[in-house]
Amino acid sequence: MAYSCEGNGNPRLEIMLGNEAVARGAYEAGVKFVSSYPGTPSTEITETIAKYDEVACEWAPNEKVGAEAAIGASIRGARAMTCMKHVGMNVCADPLFTASYSGVNGGLVFCVADDPGMHSSQNEQDSRHYARASKVPMLEPSDSEECRDFTKYAFELSEKYDTPVIMRLHTRVSHSRSIVPVNAPDEIRIKDYTKDSGKYVMMPANALKKHIVVEERTAKIIEDTSADDGIAGLHRIEMRDSKLGIITAGAAYQYVRDAVPDASVLKLGMVWPLPEKLIKEFASKVDRLVVVEELDPFIENEIKAMGIKCEGKELFTMLYEYSTAMIRAALSDLPLPVKAIDTDKLPVAPDRPPVLCAGCPHKGLFLALHRLKVTVTGDIGCYTLGALPPMQAVDAVICMGASVGMAHGFDKATDGEASRHTVGVIGDSTFLHSGITNLMNAVYNESSITLIILDNSITGMTGHQQNPSTGYNIRLEKAPQVSLEKLCESVGVYPENIRVVDPVDTFETENVIKEELAKETVSVVIARRPCALIPTGRARKGINVEVDYEKCKKCGACGRIMCPALVMGEDRMPVIDTEACNNCGLCVNMCRFDALRKGEE
Amino acid sequence: MSQQLEASIVLEGVGGQGTLIAGKLLGILAMKLGLDVKVSEVHGMSQRGGSVITYVKIAPEVHSPIIEEGTADYILSFEEVEAVRWAGLLKKGGVMIINKQQIKSLPVLMGQMQYPENIVEALRSNADPEAKIVEIDALSLAMETGTSKTVNIVMLGALSNYLGVDEALWKEAIEEAFASKPKTIPGNLSAFEKGRANG
Repeated sequence: MAYSCEGNGNPRLEIMLGNEAVARGAYEAGVKFVSSYPGTPSTEITETIAKYDEVACEWAPNEKVGAEAAIGASIRGARAMTCMKHVGMNVCADPLFTASYSGVNGGLVFCVADDPGMHSSQNEQDSRHYARASKVPMLEPSDSEECRDFTKYAFELSEKYDTPVIMRLHTRVSHSRSIVPVNAPDEIRIKDYTKDSGKYVMMPANALKKHIVVEERTAKIIEDTSADDGIAGLHRIEMRDSKLGIITAGAAYQYVRDAVPDASVLKLGMVWPLPEKLIKEFASKVDRLVVVEELDPFIENEIKAMGIKCEGKELFTMLYEYSTAMIRAALSDLPLPVKAIDTDKLPVAPDRPPVLCAGCPHKGLFLALHRLKVTVTGDIGCYTLGALPPMQAVDAVICMGASVGMAHGFDKATDGEASRHTVGVIGDSTFLHSGITNLMNAVYNESSITLIILDNSITGMTGHQQNPSTGYNIRLEKAPQVSLEKLCESVGVYPENIRVVDPVDTFETENVIKEELAKETVSVVIARRPCALIPTGRARKGINVEVDYEKCKKCGACGRIMCPALVMGEDRMPVIDTEACNNCGLCVNMCRFDALRKGEE
Repeated sequence: MSQQLEASIVLEGVGGQGTLIAGKLLGILAMKLGLDVKVSEVHGMSQRGGSVITYVKIAPEVHSPIIEEGTADYILSFEEVEAVRWAGLLKKGGVMIINKQQIKSLPVLMGQMQYPENIVEALRSNADPEAKIVEIDALSLAMETGTSKTVNIVMLGALSNYLGVDEALWKEAIEEAFASKPKTIPGNLSAFEKGRANG
């Protein structure tokens, strides 16, 4: 649809990211509390909420904590939300499944962002399965305006049906900007709280009764979708040519509209539970019914279970993102676009692989691990890049916190032998997310692992969010700071086994790790230096490493650190990119001939 | 103000070159034209120094936010080798504007991969005759405004020669896009004019 900026009485138009629009929707709905853990592509939702001063907004140490706090706020009567990436929903699945039973007082929304195509994720899971498994309604918007509208509506639905509601986004919706007519926010209202153990105390006697309520609730939602207003408004039948009818939702809807503009479409706004009557009505109007959905055959299998004939995954893959061209090729004779440039005949474009930044504190640590030739169980963060050349120092990465558990598993599988040449590496934020419980387990079960905490004083990969160890909250106000040393000590790591090093001092770091590897008790090495991209880690402008070309012996040692700010010239002598150099001094430490020198601070 | 326009515009380059801001500015321009617009970007692992791409689609009604192979009306390539990487997106009759800047990636700097020579010639000799490939030294033009940061606006200035939108409207969009940093507006307006004169 075309919009106009002008005209009287029209709402103000803004171009918003899908994520910003979700935040706007929550704000317009009068949300009181939002607690989340950052994760691409969901992070900007909570960051945007933080700009609305009226809302209590925070980073939680993990998704389960965020969800539980939101559940508490809801029970007390406030509208509350928690946001996460798809794998974050695994972490908060526990509270989700039982909040489905207890229901809500103030509206409660779980917002989850999937990542088909894995632009920045470790798997490609389809979060719609959570809606069915937890018996919670799930809405799925297709653009920013729907992000705002659906989020706002999700709070109403939540209160009307006494259930949490899941908003499902994905990368192309979260990270696309489109026009949103902005409305004034509703007032924040906190409902009365009344003690009601039958509703909120989920022990067997109560939960047995609540399960009945949950099943009745789902049936009622399906029934109400058949009415002409309310939930039915989330769905839209667009009748065009009746030869081909497509059922779709989310980003796939947009590809369908471009690919086969003449096809009739049932666009689902709620993907769980499904509107059986509406689907049957649509199916009866078209000659051929096709389901177009990214990832799993979720809608397709449900429709088949209704006894309706349809096509789906026999035409389309379960892998990666869809495109207009692939849908067009599968469903129509319309011409496919033709390239203007014969790309087969072009020279090869050299890669731009993701690299650790100039001044990145992780670099010195991975160099040390590379020299030690240890086995490394890794974790989720920028330091996952330590698995790539030139260091190739990481052996296994699974999920948040798993580095510690996997190192413990290596220990137990070999009666401790593996721990003499295995380390776990984990970032500060990831350690607080779910590494700490693993460390407690390792101490308790008398492991002898060496864990390295890469403390760069920020949650780096997701774009620099604060966490409990940084000393600042989401609004960058001063906040109480967790001491990683004291925390490790408190779960039973011996104080003499907790060592703090500066990873730029890569040889000293190597020595300390070697000493701790030899110990047959749990050790923690904290490699501490702020991320080079945050104010405390950045060198002052104009200060950088300098080269003394008289002393340079062209040995190439400085080049091996693969610093983006240090280039080997044709004469095999280093050239410093003074704009990019962060003056960390790692290259200085690599030079045995005193040919490099740090700029004076 | 309502002008008819349908354009799929790709902005690509290297992280830190300002493609995102240029994308936002085109979004503002589309709104001023009373049109629908979608601007799509990928966040996360594409940090500084990585290959980055922003898609902008402007039309009376926009569906998919993604610009696929052979469908870009315009490609603004902020770096030479990135023009090769994304060349397949250009459609027949499309226009590709290439900033002559070369930014060498780590594998090139380390001598593991070659940075190709004569990129623009290679693109031209393999392009459909209806396609137009334009070179511009956006970095030098930006430096004339006092900062390399205006490369993105120089590129938009070059694009403005093809889009058929009133110059005054472009300038309004620039003023709006940089409203929070008013000191940068004169430099950006000047960068726009330089791009328009040289693109």
